[in-house]
Amino acid sequence: MQYALLIYTDETADANASKQEQDAVMAGYFAFGEQFKEQLTGGEALVATNAATTVRVRDGKTLTTDGPFAETKEQLGGFYLVNASDLDEAIQIATNIPGVKYGSIEVRPVMVFE
Amino acid sequence: MSSEQIPQVVDQVYRQESGRILAALIASLRDFTLAEDALQDAMVAALQQWPATGVPRNPAAWLTTIARRRAIDRLRREGTLAQKQALLQPLEETAATESLDTGEDAPPIPDERLKLFFTCCHPALPLEARVALTLRTLGGLSTAEIAAAFLTPLPTMAQRLVRAQRKIRDAGIPYRAPPLPLLAERMEGVLAVLYLIFNEGYTSTSGDALIRQDLCTEAIRLTRVLVALIASESELPDEPEALGLLALMLLHASRRAARVDAAGDLVLLEDQDRTLWNWAEIVEGIETLDKAVSMRQPGPYQIQAAISALHAEAPTPEETDWQQIALLYARLAHMTPSPVVELNQAVAVAMAEGPDAGLEMLDHLRLGEALAHYHLYHAARADLLRRAGRIEEAAASYREALNLCQNRIERRFLQRRLAELAARPS
Repeated sequence: MQYALLIYTDETADANASKQEQDAVMAGYFAFGEQFKEQLTGGEALVATNAATTVRVRDGKTLTTDGPFAETKEQLGGFYLVNASDLDEAIQIATNIPGVKYGSIEVRPVMVFE
Repeated sequence: MSSEQIPQVVDQVYRQESGRILAALIASLRDFTLAEDALQDAMVAALQQWPATGVPRNPAAWLTTIARRRAIDRLRREGTLAQKQALLQPLEETAATESLDTGEDAPPIPDERLKLFFTCCHPALPLEARVALTLRTLGGLSTAEIAAAFLTPLPTMAQRLVRAQRKIRDAGIPYRAPPLPLLAERMEGVLAVLYLIFNEGYTSTSGDALIRQDLCTEAIRLTRVLVALIASESELPDEPEALGLLALMLLHASRRAARVDAAGDLVLLEDQDRTLWNWAEIVEGIETLDKAVSMRQPGPYQIQAAISALHAEAPTPEETDWQQIALLYARLAHMTPSPVVELNQAVAVAMAEGPDAGLEMLDHLRLGEALAHYHLYHAARADLLRRAGRIEEAAASYREALNLCQNRIERRFLQRRLAELAARPS
């Protein structure tokens, strides 16, 4: 099965971390990518939500607003797509993402259209 | 055997074997709903055929074989989906080699129930669904029985089970023992579900008392199955906490007959008629605990079982080893810090060293705040105040407990204590 591992962290705290701490986190992500390269099929890091724009079309009118879809304590900061045999394997991979230690990882199966 | 007895026999086989049969079916079908439907089909077939053919020598194997064939029929009827095709081929191969001649030398159905425990108790399912699914799939209870036992409307319970089965399928919750790094946490989760089932039956003395007592019996039966499965699986490490939980359940269950009097009133441990205790369960509980302790990995269930064993071993309430019990509670509080454990520790200390020592612990500000709305805190405090001869304060605490207590039987007990205080010369 394919799963999306959605990484939620407190981006304010992330931004306030020292250069040294940020470098350590980056190194952690590179190591993760290397360790699970067989199973990773994709993934991206996202720019912080101060760069986010939310758009809706209602009654033919485009409504564009500043900021993320929802204001939450932890924000979606990136994601991976992985191949795993089942949920437990996906969970095990997720426990190796550096953000899991201070944020939360949401594990979601990717929909298969038959 | 007359044909009128067949439905009874089928029912009995279902009660005893459905967990094993379902586990075997789910192992090959990877689909809870399909496995349940196929087993239902097989039961119908048994009801139709057994009156003519007689009951097969190995009814469970017969049901499994028929259910697997019916599942193939269902899969063929329902679909051309690629996923189902992939399932069908190995299934058809298995079915082709299986015969209905299930004599003594037929190979037994492999026991796949351990995997099923991990699936049903998977932490990705809501807790109440884990409980319901375990009782339904491994315990063979009907949805109606589970609904009645948990005082939940039938449609709600049915919905809960359907949602859980859907999540297992959609989220890819596996049907296997968890990978080693997750094993300890998952095993803990399985034990927690079994303990919850037991407590649901044990702590309720109201409403459908009889149905709920069955939950205790069922929890013990399932824990026994789990313990045996762990022992038979050489790749799994020892699991002394599973034995500890079984011991704890047996020791608690042994006091069932003495816990409530003829009028349905609660009887405290110190007032219980010890001849009503079930000694077979006590002996088995203590033996099980000894086996757990010999593995030298203490845990909360083993400690609670040890406390229960000390109560069981005391010939009279006065001879209870409260010193030891207080020490065990201190250890438990260290392992699983909780205000309720501290409350129990305080009571044990009071029994060992006198009410004042216990009251000192209870009146600790932090504990009083944490348990301000817990009726048993006030009831325990009232009891210690009463023992210390502080009658006015004891009465006030009993009233506080009464204000917070919902359970009818416990309320009657508190009212009785309050009345006794009023009758005492102060």
